[in-house]
Amino acid sequence: MAAPTIKPDITSDSTQAPVAARSGTGDTISRVLHARPKLRLAGLLALPLAWLGVLYIGSLILLFVTAFWTTDTFTSKVVPAFTLENFVEIVTVPAYQLTALRTIGIALAVTVLCAVLALPLGLYMAKVASPRMRAMLAIGITLPLWAGYLVKVFSWRITFMSGGPLDWLLAPFGLTGPGYGTAALIITLAYLWFPYMAVPVYSAFRQIPDNLFDASSDLGAKPWATVRTVAVPLLKPAFIAGSIFTFSLSLGDYIAAQFVGGKTQVIGTVIASNINLNPPLAAAFGTVPIVVVVLYLFLARKSGALKQL
Amino acid sequence: MQATAASGAASLVSAAAAVTPAISLQNVVKTFGEFTAVKGLDLDIRQGEFFSLLGPSGSGKTTVLRMIAGFELPSSGRIDLAGRDVTRKAPFERDVNTVFQDYALFPHLSVAENVGYGLKLRRTSRGDRRRLVAEALEMIRLPHVADRLPSQLSGGQRQRVALARALVLRPQVLLLDEPLGALDKQLREQMQVELKQIQRTVGITFVFVTHDQEEALTLSDRVAVFNEGLVEQVGTPEDLYERPSSRFVASFLGNTNLVEGELARGLTGSDALLSIRPERIRIRQPDEPLEAAGMSSVEAVIEEIVYTGPSTRFVARTSAGQKLIVQEQNDSRASSAHRGDRVRLEWSSRFNYTV
Repeated sequence: MAAPTIKPDITSDSTQAPVAARSGTGDTISRVLHARPKLRLAGLLALPLAWLGVLYIGSLILLFVTAFWTTDTFTSKVVPAFTLENFVEIVTVPAYQLTALRTIGIALAVTVLCAVLALPLGLYMAKVASPRMRAMLAIGITLPLWAGYLVKVFSWRITFMSGGPLDWLLAPFGLTGPGYGTAALIITLAYLWFPYMAVPVYSAFRQIPDNLFDASSDLGAKPWATVRTVAVPLLKPAFIAGSIFTFSLSLGDYIAAQFVGGKTQVIGTVIASNINLNPPLAAAFGTVPIVVVVLYLFLARKSGALKQL
Repeated sequence: MQATAASGAASLVSAAAAVTPAISLQNVVKTFGEFTAVKGLDLDIRQGEFFSLLGPSGSGKTTVLRMIAGFELPSSGRIDLAGRDVTRKAPFERDVNTVFQDYALFPHLSVAENVGYGLKLRRTSRGDRRRLVAEALEMIRLPHVADRLPSQLSGGQRQRVALARALVLRPQVLLLDEPLGALDKQLREQMQVELKQIQRTVGITFVFVTHDQEEALTLSDRVAVFNEGLVEQVGTPEDLYERPSSRFVASFLGNTNLVEGELARGLTGSDALLSIRPERIRIRQPDEPLEAAGMSSVEAVIEEIVYTGPSTRFVARTSAGQKLIVQEQNDSRASSAHRGDRVRLEWSSRFNYTV
């Protein structure tokens, strides 16, 4: 009879050779790591931290260091030195001041425009639209994200072209389009970054229970008062989250400005035109949007909105 | 005795009819696409009464409440509030306020701001607002939570804040949509007492939606029983319980024995459906004589005994196969019937209600 002889074999095997005594390399590593949580964590994070630290933060630090260097005016060669000249120039030369302020203004205008458009759209999608319509709109909003950036900007360039589609559309009303310039730039940037505002606002709207709107109306609020006193405060974190994208992306953009901005100079275009002529100055100017965005994030954090993300 | 109660109720009706009803629904229909939620409803709710809309889920009671509030507009028909046509008016134009099922407190506002929300919209001065909010919180015995956010309150506290938020505006009518549904049993019973007291104090008409028949019977002056978009019966709790007008009402309000066929004919001499409440039936020995004249009785075998603490429920079956439930208080008169015992069930013939 085979069965009775095999059975005791198994039990004796497992007592003589317990699981812990297995000795492959993987087993050894696992056993060592099991007792050392810090080592485990280090193993998990070493690679991504190296990537973040060396390539990402590192390049930013290099940019910042370069901003203190100078350029030989004759040879146009970068000379490593330490000078505050570039920063002084940015802060004191009116053209740079104006460009920085204009860029911040454009980024704010884009953000406000996106927010103003996202509110009614989010309300419609979350509370009014049928599930089918909602899905179609969600696709409609996010679809442009999959199209190439250049394609989108180029299509706006054509739209705003003198005698182009926009002029043609407005002609019956005796109007013409704004042409290339600040207005066209704001509209184009708002189009580009709108999904980043619309998606969080819509999903936040969906999370507001319907009966809060009923309750507000029940207590005597007309629709606009309900939007102002119930919807907007509850959507604030979503607006702030969206604005971080619309604001910082607008602040850093320069291709749209080149395509539809006409003569409008923004920080990005100034950096782009200095990148070969005077890299240290470009680097110094490049720190401006970084500082502004850090300030913006700081304010957003202070508002408490980031806690709810 | 029954006659005097009925005439008393009748004189009450005639006295109240002279006054304009707080709410009057006339042939109100509400359809959602293919589905008809409310099928031609006529209902008058009197000033100052505690009126319940009772029915199973999907019977249309909440839809009626939402139409009175103005959240839904009727597909046809007319709704009057205190004699004024409000059929097409928006919620903010109606002098009614609502306590929502899950309270619908504004999560970003403190308790005091929630309660003061409606006052602020009415542009009540800051001083008056503070005083009225304080009074309202006093009424619900929660003055100490004024500065907390709704998320920091317990379920029972939220429920009371929702009540204060609606009552602080002193509406003509307060609508309550299953306000106690989310509370545990003990808290619910405590809140029932409080609600009733508050209603008596403020004297506002309360319209209370519930699927809990016991709650409706306990709280209400009158109850409308809803079934599939129609009102089956309107009446005082006693009317509905003792004199149900339909099979649905009889079985929805408490337990009852519905008797028809031969046994019904034997008891009343007619073919009509009979409703006999389990607590009206006594258990006797088969050979015991009838207690008095005017008693109905039938022989049966005890099939099941369920002990529930203060009372015991017996399931008995007659030789003809009719099942009868008997509810007996566990007092000194309790029978000691056992499973399988042959007994005689006996009850006063005046508790034979034809439905």
